[in-house]
Amino acid sequence: MTTANDGQAIRTESVSRHFLMGKTLIRAVDEVTIEVRRGEFLALLGSSGSGKSTLLNLLAGLDRPTSGSVLVEGRDLATMSSLELARYRSHTVGMVFQAFNLLPRMTLEENVELPLRLAEVDRAERADRVREALARVLLAKRAGHRPSELSGGEQQRAALARALVNRPTILLADEPTGNLDSATGEEIMELLGEFNRSPGMTIVMVTHERALAERFANRIAVVADGKLASNGDGL
Amino acid sequence: MKARDLGELAVRNLREALLRNSLTTLGVAVGVASLVAMLSLGVGLQRFTNSRLASSGLFNAVFVAPRNRFRMFGRPMEAAVATPRPLDEQARQAIAQLPGVVGAYPQIRFVTELSYKNIPYSTVVAGLPASDRNDGAFDGMQGRFFSGPAANEVILQIRFARELSKNPASLLGKELVLRYAARAALGAKTVASDAGQETPSETERGPNSSAQGFSIVARQKDLRIVGIVQSEPESGFGGFHDTPVYIPLQMAETLRATQVSDLREVLQGPGNAKQYASLTVRVKNSAGVENVEARIKNMGFAAFSLYDTSRNLQLLFALLDLLLGIFGGLALAVATLGIVNTLVMAILERRREIGVLKALGAADADVKQLFFAEAGVMGLVGGVFGVALGWFIGRMLTWGTNFYLHRQNLPWVDVSAVPWWLVCGAIVFAVGVSLAAGIYPAARAAKLNPVEALRYE
Repeated sequence: MTTANDGQAIRTESVSRHFLMGKTLIRAVDEVTIEVRRGEFLALLGSSGSGKSTLLNLLAGLDRPTSGSVLVEGRDLATMSSLELARYRSHTVGMVFQAFNLLPRMTLEENVELPLRLAEVDRAERADRVREALARVLLAKRAGHRPSELSGGEQQRAALARALVNRPTILLADEPTGNLDSATGEEIMELLGEFNRSPGMTIVMVTHERALAERFANRIAVVADGKLASNGDGL
Repeated sequence: MKARDLGELAVRNLREALLRNSLTTLGVAVGVASLVAMLSLGVGLQRFTNSRLASSGLFNAVFVAPRNRFRMFGRPMEAAVATPRPLDEQARQAIAQLPGVVGAYPQIRFVTELSYKNIPYSTVVAGLPASDRNDGAFDGMQGRFFSGPAANEVILQIRFARELSKNPASLLGKELVLRYAARAALGAKTVASDAGQETPSETERGPNSSAQGFSIVARQKDLRIVGIVQSEPESGFGGFHDTPVYIPLQMAETLRATQVSDLREVLQGPGNAKQYASLTVRVKNSAGVENVEARIKNMGFAAFSLYDTSRNLQLLFALLDLLLGIFGGLALAVATLGIVNTLVMAILERRREIGVLKALGAADADVKQLFFAEAGVMGLVGGVFGVALGWFIGRMLTWGTNFYLHRQNLPWVDVSAVPWWLVCGAIVFAVGVSLAAGIYPAARAAKLNPVEALRYE
């Protein structure tokens, strides 16, 4: 059994996620075993429908595996209750999505404060944490704006601030540059790189852009047809 | 999530779809208003009936008579005894001293003739105890109550006053003459000769016995009209129904006017002390009637009250309130369907948002509570507005009713009342029903798969 002391942040063991579409069994993730070390920046590379996002959802505790196990910081997500998974998502991982997924009715400040509300952080502490997170992504001056008033890059930076505000140890990013032009995408990748270096966050990023992955990630694992084609060791 | 955060998020979410949520909340408000208006009508009518019954003297009175003498529906109320305890002045004082008793009065009511401006009117006069001053029947009377328990004053019932004058108010302060048949003491000898019958000797009947018989002499008394009353004052048992003229009870007793019970007294036989055919005992409130009735029975008298009837009336009103509540509640039931519909729509619209919340660490319970809170806020706001609207509808009903009553020359009646228990109860009920309506949508939202929810466009 892998423990947190091994220097591994994440380890999947023969994890599978199958769906039944009518009478057809879809093997979205099939017997994948992969390790992510603490402080590592791993890019999961694959074409559309390869199963990389499904694998990321399993790591995020948003979905449960059909078989196998997902060990994060030594705990098996597959055996956790729904409430334990919610706490895990709240405290251990932060997520960013291709579509940013900021709540349009809320200001940036309120969006970033949302994970703190869910984690029941004291009101007095929240304002400082929100300010700090927004400053980290250079959006301190846009705190009172709504997402619709921001550019795509700014929205993704706000989403990053929201993912960071609860100070998770792992950041999971699902195609974070997918909706951005290349220059803005690079800005975001620079930010991810910064977070990886300081405070040393473990980052798992799903992408189909090999160039960006090669430039910023420590390691690239390739997913194809639900299987791990290459785990990228020795990159 | 903490309650304050939950409340803030719920209110924020409701404000976003303002029109739809306002309409749903309005539906709840209308439902609550209908419930409150119906129940306020029930409460108002119950209060009105209770006050009228209280002023009738039927429900806070005990009728007392010596045993053997009191019959109801042709049967004696108590088992007959050989020597029933006499209902004399001593007994009257003892009864008046019982806890909760306001007073014990004989019923004085006699047929007589009143003369106003030398025109005689045949009518019935009744004695009113001073304690009746606080009786609801004298609320809104013209003029005033008697100045004292033995004042030579008279209060007229409005219908009789109208017979005397087209402008009843002008009668106040005027004099009228009461002609009546007074009892005068009679010796045993006279009785024997007048009656032409064999009678017991004076030693057998006892000296100075008023029960040996009496003669009747015509008397008259000048009385000043001090008040005109709209409604029927305290009647007690055997009542003052259709009694058009009232005089102070103490003064009425001094008149020694001939009453029907006097004849019975003659037949009943000897007795040195004055005895009452019956007494009406006024109790402070109807709740004390049962106890007073039991105590009087223990004292050796026959006693009767409408306590049970009063309880049945309460039951009747409880049923009426229930029925009104059910009808009023129907609108609220329809409104709850509106809440269910609104929240289910909100789940569809906010599917992605629910997914984001879950990705950020919201537990199923957080999502469930958020939807519950939104339902609760709609219930609370709808409940508060509904109570206000219901109160207003109740007032409108009262105003409308009294507009009609005023045109009929009838006094003001509060047909609706919104007591505090109804205000609080309606709001709590609205919130409770709204939360119940939120159960299904909240459970559905909580069960959403976050991956599917995040994919939703």
